[in-house]
Amino acid sequence: MNRSWTYILAALGIAVLIGIGLFSSRFILYLTMRVMILSIFAMGYNILFGRTGLLSFGHAAFYATGAYGVALCTIHVHSHPVLAVVAGVIAAAVMALIIGFFCVRHTEIYFAMLTLAFGMMVFSLMWNVRGITGGDDGLSGIIRAPISLGLISIPIMKDSQYYFFVLMFFVVSVLLIHRIGRSPFGLVLASIRENHVRTEFAGLPVKRYRLAAFVISGAFAGLAGGLAVFLESNVTPFAAHWSRSADPVLVSLMGGLQTFSGPLVGSVLFVVLRELIERFTHNWMLWFGLILLAIIMGFRGGIVGSTAALLKRSSEQG
Amino acid sequence: MVQSLVHVCLAGISAGMFIWLVASGLTLIFGVLRVLNFAHGSFYMLGAYLCYTFLRFAGVDFWLGVLLGPLVVCVVGYFMERFLLRHVYPLELPYQLLLTFAMVLIFDELVKMIWGAGSIGSPTVPGLSGSVSIAGRDFPVYNLFIIAVGPLVALGLWAMLEKMWWGRIIRAAASDREMAAAIGVKVPALYTGVFVFGAWLSALGGALAVPYVGLLTTGMGEAIIIEAFVVVVIGGLGSLKGAFLGALVIGLLTSFGTRFIPTLDMFLTFILMAAVLLWRPQGFFAES
Repeated sequence: MNRSWTYILAALGIAVLIGIGLFSSRFILYLTMRVMILSIFAMGYNILFGRTGLLSFGHAAFYATGAYGVALCTIHVHSHPVLAVVAGVIAAAVMALIIGFFCVRHTEIYFAMLTLAFGMMVFSLMWNVRGITGGDDGLSGIIRAPISLGLISIPIMKDSQYYFFVLMFFVVSVLLIHRIGRSPFGLVLASIRENHVRTEFAGLPVKRYRLAAFVISGAFAGLAGGLAVFLESNVTPFAAHWSRSADPVLVSLMGGLQTFSGPLVGSVLFVVLRELIERFTHNWMLWFGLILLAIIMGFRGGIVGSTAALLKRSSEQG
Repeated sequence: MVQSLVHVCLAGISAGMFIWLVASGLTLIFGVLRVLNFAHGSFYMLGAYLCYTFLRFAGVDFWLGVLLGPLVVCVVGYFMERFLLRHVYPLELPYQLLLTFAMVLIFDELVKMIWGAGSIGSPTVPGLSGSVSIAGRDFPVYNLFIIAVGPLVALGLWAMLEKMWWGRIIRAAASDREMAAAIGVKVPALYTGVFVFGAWLSALGGALAVPYVGLLTTGMGEAIIIEAFVVVVIGGLGSLKGAFLGALVIGLLTSFGTRFIPTLDMFLTFILMAAVLLWRPQGFFAES
């Protein structure tokens, strides 16, 4: 796709999102916010998974760290939402730095197991340190205070107002992640995925790059978690459970691993499909298992990858 | 104090034996097929639910249930390996892990659909339902029986792998699958066999756990698979001896942790797992 088309598509996307924010029902607003939050999580995660080729089973821990960071900051420090979100992202990034420092020593299955172990450590801390995290009840009743900017203050109490808060972070995240993908840094990450030995021979500190990718993806996970707390107004330790770490993997796979827009498309599919399936049956996980199975067995490029391959094949024939 | 310590030890060992049954199959499958099976805990869960169903609705004897439940799981394992897993061996690791993860979701939901989402109370075992006095306190006979079963299974596995001709074939395929294929081992059939056998071990653990756990829940598979992961990591991926010792360590650690520092028992388990992965990724009990 050439450059001008990308800009037109992006502008169209933002216009549609603003339109949804202005004219939609609360239910659609809520769903769209969930899609955007999940997209931030999945796109950030995909820097590590699709780009660098490391499968983490512990990213729910950073999502939860961001969520608890925002909740704790709002309750104990200051209720300014932007400050809380920044605190949440920093908390998640620091956590990712500490955990990532150990995890990037390994790759493949050992990396997956290490992230699982550290993720579950975070989970067990959130579960057990009752005095701070509220134990298995979690923290609830987190309110959305107005954003005060000196003289004026913008209320975000209503969903229709909070929507634009999420939208702003979503757009900024998409731009940032897009930029990272095109940057020399992003290209190094891809080269590590393709062949880390050769990358090392080229004189690049592979572990440090891996750690950087880990921290960046952790920070985006924290941002997603923080935005989710304001949306749902509560957080429980289950946000950090290993089974939740599978969400961004599923989303990335559904959309397409090695594509930029894959996680975006995947997030829309994930949220919408879940809503649809839950209307008919309680066993939506069964259907997700089956969808995941179908993707692995047949459509490993995901929706975006498979469609692109199909388009390419038909254009080559025609 | 001493009697309390003895009982904490015994409780830890009997809990460790269930983890061992799951971990043995997990590590055997990993050693030969090089696939880490997330759905291995689901076999444990299925073994338990099926055994329960045979007891409750077919009215069979407990021991027949322990025999039949895992056999049905073997059939499930056969279909999973033959029609799904076999196609992802050439693919990258994430796809293999995610395939087995998808199976976890599917098995969990199927169990919920068939048996209901609530927990199910389970029967006691005739003949092994009493308790004996050890160090001045009552200890269930059934738990003693479990403590005996674990080492017996370990002995059986050792004898099979070290002394029998098909054990040698399994070891050959584990160390070099191309070479094994070149000298005439039917590797695909062997893979199926090992997977089914691993599924049987896990399901056996589940069936035996029915009187032990008291309540069957759909979360039981996910709970034990994480413990089994920790165990095979500590023991070294693919090492049976390591898995046995690792299961004992985790069983005891959990038991002592719950007794003395209940807020940190889960945390300790994962600290141990991470520490082993960082400093001895080949496993704590691996020879080299």
